[in-house]
Amino acid sequence: MSAPLLPPIGMLAELTHRCPLQCPYCSNPLELLKANRELDTQTWLDLFSQAADLGVLQVHLSGGEPTLRRDLEQLIAGLSARGVYTNLITAGVGIAEGRIEAFAEAGLDHLQLSFQGARPVTTDRIGNHRGSHEKKLETAHRARAAGLPLTINAPVHRHNIEEVPEFIDLALSLDAERLEIANVQYAGWALANRDRLMPDLAAVNRQADIVAAARERLAGIMTIDFVTPDYFAIYPKPCMGGWARDAFMVAPDGTVLPCHAAQTIPSLRFERFGDRSLAEIWADSPAFNAFRGTEWMQEPCRSCERCEVDWGGCRCQAMAIAGDAAATDPACVKSPIHNRMAILTDAALAQAAPEGNESFIFRRIGATTRPDTPAEPARR
Amino acid sequence: MMALRERAIVSLRSAPSLPRHVRIQYDPVRQAFAVLSPEKVFWPNEISLDILRRCDGQSSVERIIADLAADYDADPQDVAADVVAFLQEWSDKLLVKL
Ligand code: SF4
Ligand code: SF4
Repeated sequence: MSAPLLPPIGMLAELTHRCPLQCPYCSNPLELLKANRELDTQTWLDLFSQAADLGVLQVHLSGGEPTLRRDLEQLIAGLSARGVYTNLITAGVGIAEGRIEAFAEAGLDHLQLSFQGARPVTTDRIGNHRGSHEKKLETAHRARAAGLPLTINAPVHRHNIEEVPEFIDLALSLDAERLEIANVQYAGWALANRDRLMPDLAAVNRQADIVAAARERLAGIMTIDFVTPDYFAIYPKPCMGGWARDAFMVAPDGTVLPCHAAQTIPSLRFERFGDRSLAEIWADSPAFNAFRGTEWMQEPCRSCERCEVDWGGCRCQAMAIAGDAAATDPACVKSPIHNRMAILTDAALAQAAPEGNESFIFRRIGATTRPDTPAEPARR
Repeated sequence: MMALRERAIVSLRSAPSLPRHVRIQYDPVRQAFAVLSPEKVFWPNEISLDILRRCDGQSSVERIIADLAADYDADPQDVAADVVAFLQEWSDKLLVKL
């Protein structure tokens, strides 16, 4: 690696894998950890303090459902005491009375609330949790009442892509500063459910037009961030802003990872916080160094002028589709197997079950262990 | 459409401030000032930083322009154009409140 090692700016802390919802696109790994594998309060606090020393300025508190951690207030306070910007990423279901106020009190800077649909039926069906939409609306109101800035996050796929205009109205009605329209990234549970979630090209194009028009109309009123769909892309996204470049994540058991799906790359071994310090892992972990910078690249990335723009795209997508984690992300038009993306989307659409009749593999412990050998899918 | 807010337009009388979800902070690791927002961290240059620091909800845009023109020994007209454009851009991204 030739470029100098920079300190990380951002960290995603997956405090727990427990969650009341069962979204079939969840980015958690298929092998979910139970509560008894989670780090305790003091270990998280130590980790956060080391992260701040290392240069981390922003921590996203996520899961699973992070509010299931009863010590969340304490964790927020610990980060806040170090001046770290805290963003709570929640599904907003089942948060006890008074807790949102307590998070704000502890110094929470921002709350991001996911909606599985803009319509109650969609939210309840996709998260496989009756009444969840209602509870999310209440969470949004409570967050605003506590003075917390709000982002609404809308993970988009075949079953809610037509609700994008309604998502925009929903976010405005909830007084959100920001809306994230995030096309599902096909890793984790979303990869296992890819055929059941993939939208079609016409819908993707309609969505892009709607978002572009809304952005213009809502300048200065609400920010809309748009995570474009990889399978319909020309160039890949700079996944994680480049592997181990300025951000990383930590799993509930303290395993430090370059990204969500890194554990799907079989050649990599990961280290746990506690066995080594965060600084050592960031600088020396072979898994972090495996795809850092540009040295590891093959053609066409190696000589491409975009190699420091998108860093060759997503290593896990290269693994999943090209079978080689060091290959060019197949989302890139220059990838020799770029056409496989269209083949996969066509195959997904050919198998599409009628709306309301799809058999998602809902995210839950023990539902499946590997994407290619799904257990009996849960039907409802 | 249910727009509850309206787009704010910079005027000389606006008294800009940073919204709750944005803050300026000195980072001892990189020895630079960072602007922290929900998804992004910005590294403002010296002039941007000087504008943002004066966004205290008290000082008017007119006052900010006069201060900066004095500090930089520059033509207030030029400073005004830059300051107004900067604040409008940051307001449109909801990073500054007018
Ligand atoms: S994506 Fe759904 S199932 Fe996964 S953690 Fe978020 S709310 Fe829970
Ligand atoms: S060839 Fe590699 S570096 Fe170039 S655009 Fe494609 S993925 Fe990015």
